[in-house]
Amino acid sequence: MMLTAEKLAVELGGTALLHPLSAGLHPGTITAICGPNGAGKSTLLAALAGLTEPSTGEVLLDGASLSAMPARQRARAIGYLPQTGEVAWDMVVRSLVALGRLPHGDEGALPVATALAACDLERFAQRRVSTLSGGEKARALLARVLAGEPRWILADEPLAALDIAHQLALLVTLRRAAAGGAGVVLVLHDLALAMNHADRVLLLDGGRLVADASPEDALSGRNIANVWGVAARWLGEPGARALVMG
Amino acid sequence: MTRPVPVLLLVLTIAIPLSLLAGRVWIDPLDTPNAAIILMDLRLPRALLALAIGGGLGAAGAAMQGYLRNPLADPGLFGIAPGAALGAVVSLLFGYAASAWLLPLFALAGAGGAMALLALIAGRSGGIGLFTLAGMMIASLAGALTSLVISLAPNAFAMSEIVTWLMGALTDRSWQDVWIAAPLTIAGITLLRAAGPSLDALTLGDAAACSLGVDPARLRGLLVLGVGLTVGSGVAVAGIVGFVGLIVPHLVRPWTDRRPASLILPSALAGALLVLLADCLCRILPLVTELRLGIALSLIGAPFFLALLLKMRRGLA
Repeated sequence: MMLTAEKLAVELGGTALLHPLSAGLHPGTITAICGPNGAGKSTLLAALAGLTEPSTGEVLLDGASLSAMPARQRARAIGYLPQTGEVAWDMVVRSLVALGRLPHGDEGALPVATALAACDLERFAQRRVSTLSGGEKARALLARVLAGEPRWILADEPLAALDIAHQLALLVTLRRAAAGGAGVVLVLHDLALAMNHADRVLLLDGGRLVADASPEDALSGRNIANVWGVAARWLGEPGARALVMG
Repeated sequence: MTRPVPVLLLVLTIAIPLSLLAGRVWIDPLDTPNAAIILMDLRLPRALLALAIGGGLGAAGAAMQGYLRNPLADPGLFGIAPGAALGAVVSLLFGYAASAWLLPLFALAGAGGAMALLALIAGRSGGIGLFTLAGMMIASLAGALTSLVISLAPNAFAMSEIVTWLMGALTDRSWQDVWIAAPLTIAGITLLRAAGPSLDALTLGDAAACSLGVDPARLRGLLVLGVGLTVGSGVAVAGIVGFVGLIVPHLVRPWTDRRPASLILPSALAGALLVLLADCLCRILPLVTELRLGIALSLIGAPFFLALLLKMRRGLA
C-alpha cells in the first residue's frame, strides 16, 4: 500500500509553496519530513493527506489518485494529526478518541479501547480534555488518529512542545504502529529525533526536495550547512546520535 | 449518550397537558363551558406551535454553536431570522396580513432569500469566517430594510401593527400556523441531525475535520437549509423569538458528552419545553395586555447571557 507523490506541486494565490517533487513512501516505516521554517513541510504533509489540492501532479494511494477518491474512503485510509491540537468542546477522552471512528460511521468500541491502551490513556478515559497536561492531550489526539485504524498516519510536529519522556512515549507508539504495517510520516523539527527514530528523511528547502535518503545521508553535516546555514556535526553512534552546533 | 432525552420527554409529557389548562382562564375540562372548543381550537395549536418554534430554535442553536465552535453563537448570526422578519413586515405594509397564508409565505420567502444570498456568497468555497461575516451582513441589511419599511408605514396604526408583530407572540394562532411551522421545523431538525457527525469532526478544527472525510460544502448546505427551515418557519408564524437558540444548548450541554451531535436532539426538546413554559407564563401573568413571548424570552435570556459572560470571565482570569 504505497503512498506516492508524483510531480506534486502546490500553489497558493500564485505563490509556489511546493515545487514539483516525486517520492514514494513505504508502509511499515517511519518517514520524517525535515527542513527550516517555511520550507513547505506542512504543505507537503497536507497534500500527502489529500487535504490540499495539488496545482500540478498528484498523490497516489496504491496507484489511485487521492483527489478522485471519495472523502470517506480516503479518511479511512489516511489518518491526519494537525499541529494545532484544537479541541473545541471539553469532552471526555474516550469521546475525543471515538471521533476517529467518524469515517467508519460506527462506535468502534474495540478500536477505541485499543487506541486508548496503545497511548497509555486507559485511566484517563473518563477525564475531561481540559484537565489533561500537554503530554496527555497530545497522546489523546494521537489515540484519536489510531482509533480510525488508518493504514497511513500523517502527523504534523506531533512531538513539539512535549518533554523528552512524552516524546519517547509517542515515538514508541508510532513505531509500534509502523511495525503493525502502518506507514508513518512525521514533520519533525528536532533533527536528532529524525536522525535516531526515522527510517528515512525527506529534506525540504524553499519548497524543493533537496534530499530523500536515510537519516545519516539526508541530515549529513554538509546538508545541514547548505539548508540551515549552520555548521553542525553529529556525535555518538547511529541510533543514538546528538547534534552539536558550531 | 443521550441521557437527557428520556428525562426531557417525560417532563414534556407532563408539561403539555398542564399548559393546555393554563391561561387567563384556567380550564377545568369537566366544568368550564366550551372547554373542548377552547382546548382544541385555541390552546392545542398554540401549544404545538410553541413546541415547534422552541424545538427548531434549540436545535438550530446547538448546530450553530457546533459549527462555529463557539458557545456564544446564535441562529440569528446567519441573518435568516431578520430576512424572514423583513418578508413578514413587507406583507404587513401591503396589508396582506388579512389573508392568513400570505404573511407566513412572505416570511418564508424572506428566509429563503437570506439563505440564497448566504449560499451565493459563501457557498462553494470560503471558510467559517467568511460565512459568518456574510450572515452578519445579511442580518444587518435585513434589519435596516425592516426599519425602512416601518418608517414607510402609512399611518400610526400600521406602524404599531408591524412593531407589535416583530416582538413575537403566539396569541390567536390557529391550526393553519401549525401546518406551516411543524413540518418545516421537523424537516429542518432532521437536516441538522444529519449534519451532526460533521459537526463532531469540526471539534478538532477544519483540517482534521476534512481529514475525517467531512465535505465542508455539504455541511454548509445542510446548515443553511436546516437553520433556514427551523428559524424561518418559526419567524413566519410567531415573529422574532430571541435567545432560545443561545441559552438552550448551554442548559443542556452539561448533561451530554459535549459532542455537538449529542446536543441537537436534547436542545430541540429543551427548547420546546422552554418556549412552552414561557408562553404559559405570558398567558398567566396578570397584565393588562398579554406579555409578548419575544419580550418574555429576552427578559429571561439577557440576564442569563450576562451571567454566562461573567462565568466565562472568571474561567479566563
